[in-house]
Amino acid sequence: MLLKDEVGMLQRVPLFSAIEPTKLKLLAFTSDRVSYSAGQILFRQGDEGDAAYVILSGRADILVDSDSGPIKVAELESNSIVGEIAILCNSSRTATVRAASPLEALRIRKDHFLRLMREFPEMTIEILRVLADRLSHTTADLIDARSAK
Amino acid sequence: MEPSLARYIWTHTKKQQLWILMIVVLSMIPYFMSFDLPKLIVNGPIQGGGFEQPGATQPFMRLHYNLPFIGEVQFFSGFQLDRKETLFALSVVFLLLVIINGLFKLYINTYKGRLGERMLRRIRFDLVDRVLRFPPVYFKRVKSAEVATMVKDEVEPLGGFIGDAFVQPVLLGGQALTAMLFIMVQNLWLGMIAAVIVGIQIVLIPRMRRRLIVLGRERQLTARALSGRVGEIVDGIGAVHVHDTSNYERADIAARLGLIFKIRFDLYQWKFMVKFLNNFLAQVTPFLFYMIGGYLVIQGRLDVGQLVAVIGAYKDLPGPMKELIDWDQARQDVQVKYQQVVEQFTAEDLIAPRIGALTIDDPAPMTNPLSAINLSMADDGGAMLLDRISLQVKPGETVALVSTTTGGAEALAEAFARLNRPDSGRVASGADDLLELPEAVTGRRMSYASSDVFLFQASLRDNLLYGLKHAPLTSMTYDGAAADQRRWSIDEARRSGNPELDIHSDWINYASAGATGPHDLFEAVRRVLDAVVLSRDILDLGLRSSADLTRHTELARRIVELRAALRTRLEHEGLSGLVAPFEPGAYNKEATIGQNLLFGAAAGPELADRALAANPYFASVLKQAGLDRTFYEMGMEIAEQAIELFADLPPDHQFFQQLAFMSAEEIPAYESLLQRLKNRPYEAVSENDRAMIITLSFTYIEPRHRFGLLSDELMSKIVAARNRFYENLPPELQNAVERYDPAKYIAAATVMDNVLFGRVGTNHPDAPDRIRSIVYDILDELGLYAELLDVGLDFNVGSGGRRLTGGQRQKLDVARALIKRPDFLILNRPLSALDQRMQDKVLRNVLEEARRDGHSPAIVWVVTNPAMAMMFDRVIVFDSGRLVEDGTHETLLAGSGIFKELLS
Repeated sequence: MLLKDEVGMLQRVPLFSAIEPTKLKLLAFTSDRVSYSAGQILFRQGDEGDAAYVILSGRADILVDSDSGPIKVAELESNSIVGEIAILCNSSRTATVRAASPLEALRIRKDHFLRLMREFPEMTIEILRVLADRLSHTTADLIDARSAK
Repeated sequence: MEPSLARYIWTHTKKQQLWILMIVVLSMIPYFMSFDLPKLIVNGPIQGGGFEQPGATQPFMRLHYNLPFIGEVQFFSGFQLDRKETLFALSVVFLLLVIINGLFKLYINTYKGRLGERMLRRIRFDLVDRVLRFPPVYFKRVKSAEVATMVKDEVEPLGGFIGDAFVQPVLLGGQALTAMLFIMVQNLWLGMIAAVIVGIQIVLIPRMRRRLIVLGRERQLTARALSGRVGEIVDGIGAVHVHDTSNYERADIAARLGLIFKIRFDLYQWKFMVKFLNNFLAQVTPFLFYMIGGYLVIQGRLDVGQLVAVIGAYKDLPGPMKELIDWDQARQDVQVKYQQVVEQFTAEDLIAPRIGALTIDDPAPMTNPLSAINLSMADDGGAMLLDRISLQVKPGETVALVSTTTGGAEALAEAFARLNRPDSGRVASGADDLLELPEAVTGRRMSYASSDVFLFQASLRDNLLYGLKHAPLTSMTYDGAAADQRRWSIDEARRSGNPELDIHSDWINYASAGATGPHDLFEAVRRVLDAVVLSRDILDLGLRSSADLTRHTELARRIVELRAALRTRLEHEGLSGLVAPFEPGAYNKEATIGQNLLFGAAAGPELADRALAANPYFASVLKQAGLDRTFYEMGMEIAEQAIELFADLPPDHQFFQQLAFMSAEEIPAYESLLQRLKNRPYEAVSENDRAMIITLSFTYIEPRHRFGLLSDELMSKIVAARNRFYENLPPELQNAVERYDPAKYIAAATVMDNVLFGRVGTNHPDAPDRIRSIVYDILDELGLYAELLDVGLDFNVGSGGRRLTGGQRQKLDVARALIKRPDFLILNRPLSALDQRMQDKVLRNVLEEARRDGHSPAIVWVVTNPAMAMMFDRVIVFDSGRLVEDGTHETLLAGSGIFKELLS
């Protein structure tokens, strides 16, 4: 896959849809293109967060450690971004991400990602929106879980 | 040191001074003879004196003397020569005298020069020797750069003066006196006039020079302070930038330079003033001669002939006088410099020479307890650090010193290490005062490491083994020229009062590290490095550096085996995709185009980096392969893409790290180049511009940059060009490149590149780490781990060890203390730069390593964290300079003292 195809892929990621293509090209160029075979780990829960990943092709599972071993909590499709929370909060990874099929991804380094956020408010707002969205979902889930007790 | 320079010179060189004086006097004989000879030649053969009759002859070389009481004695009647023959004979004698005079001059100058240089060597050595013997407190007050400038620059003029110190005044004084005497004989009154003027010169000029001496001293002090400040700026450059004080430093230096200028200018003014006066006085004498002498002649009390003779004789007086005055000035100048330096190098309480005396044989182990008796220590400001402490550390005991912030445990450790002297009380080993023990005992049977590490600018190995270099243990044998050289250097060292110790001897005390020689020392090195958890760092350094193949032959010999083992291992673990190996007949996609073309490591500047595209032979190969135009177009494409991507970014943007093609500074240049070349046909582009563009394509890696510029056809063309390049490689480039050969070690490449013999793929983020640990495994399996560690030990730690991290420096310091296998190991917060987990780990390892093979040294460790005290036999707690608790860990924990408080 060439740089220009990657730019096309990035445009389809909601987070980046508002950013102009030349800047996306720069983002793609300065990111590392990484590939994983099925079963390989992108990062582990508890690791230090040093990069975010945009899945270009393939699928990945999000796993959370529990007493009875890892539990799969979600699945990632292509064009989705993962790992951005640990970068934003300077915290360790909250979950493990494992490739579920052969996987191609762009690895955006932490300092590059933060720099982009500083330079493109559109992107920052989009990230805020996604996070707020997730928070409201989580809250709803929590209410469901509480009321189900 | 001897405060008077003259006495210092006389003590050390009186024999030589007398010898040279004698030679000088001897040289006067041919010198005066050569004055007399021209008269003989002119009066005799040329004007015909004594040859009035045709065919007349004169004796030549007749030796006859008028001896008292005996009368005339003739030793040799001489040759009878006619007029022409006499002319030739006398001329040849004249030539001979010229040669003899020249040879005398050559000998005297050489001798004086050598004398001066030897004395300079002696003074410099004496000064450094004193530095080695100064008490510790001295070093808190001096700047290292000032000491260095004194040893190097300030004593330098002494060398030139020493040869003339005694000869010059005797010689010139003699000449001046002779001229004076001659004048006196001619006419007493005129002689008196000359004497009065000379008297004024002798009295007045030195008086005026006093100011010169004061200024000279100021000049020296300000210049020394300047070099001290410059040294400080260099050492503290980090602090300067961190605090934005570079302009403060500029102001300070400018102010100092201004002051130095003022002093120097004053000095010039005075100097020329004195010179003027001196010249004036010298010229005023003839004026008096003309006036008073003339008056006397008119009065008839002096005849004209006498006056002319006096004026003629006076011509010979100012020369020597002037030189004598110059000599005196040089003497004062040098004397001031010498005194200044000696003052700085005078200190009370110098360490006695016997403490640092050379001892070849190892002293017996220290079996007595180490004790502090009523020990009080104060800092420079007079604040008490330790207040009358008494304690004893028994051999074999491990003691943790726990201290509150003002506790004073560090001061105790420094007292044990003799780094500071007690204010009252003493430190002792058994009944002996520790300060009275020779360093041969304390430096070999005790060792010390602290958080304040000093490393020398040398390899890691040299720094690690530094603590073992107490004495030259082997006597080196030299043959042939080297033996002559050695004899010469011993001889010269003796003449200058330097020691004859041979720096090339093997100074490493293997026995003290528990080894028997160079071959098994490495085991000890490896153990201590493992103990301080430094091996891995050194292995990493080894992997990243290129090995010295004269020393590390094993790596090169087994490189094929290593490469094969790596391949097998990677295949076995299903990781073959991580590394793209170099294969002579194939394109390596993970390497740059330039690397694929050259397919070798550049061993010189001719084919390295940017020079590759500009190399004429390389360019011709590309042309023949029909690739020059392709790469030009590719380079244009890359330039366009790069400029499109990066042109808007500020030059310090971190994204530039990702741009391999050009640096941020080059972007504007490429931007204008692109504008200029855009629509120009390839043929019309200059060689230089072509190379500028083509070089861009050489850094291109398809999987990483993903511009889609590389086709299969192009790749095979590149491989063909590679072969063509090596087929006709001109001789001058033979040594500029080392071709990749699967069966050969590449000397110019790093160890890692050699083992990998390929490129790590860009699309596996954790590949480098995984491969590195696999490489370590393989090296260990093949028994090459030690060799790699040895490569890493070649790493130069830089000035003050600054190329290592703070933690690495501290670890190295502990390793250096440990490898000595001492009886008493004193560690003063040695690992403060490490995190607690690592400190605990190293502490455990060190305790274990120190006691290996039944050794049981006493260990005194000033801990940074009270929890570490758990590992020791005994815990001593300090608070406010007092010893407050002393006991085993359990008892202190059970009590309710400060220790328990510190722990919670």
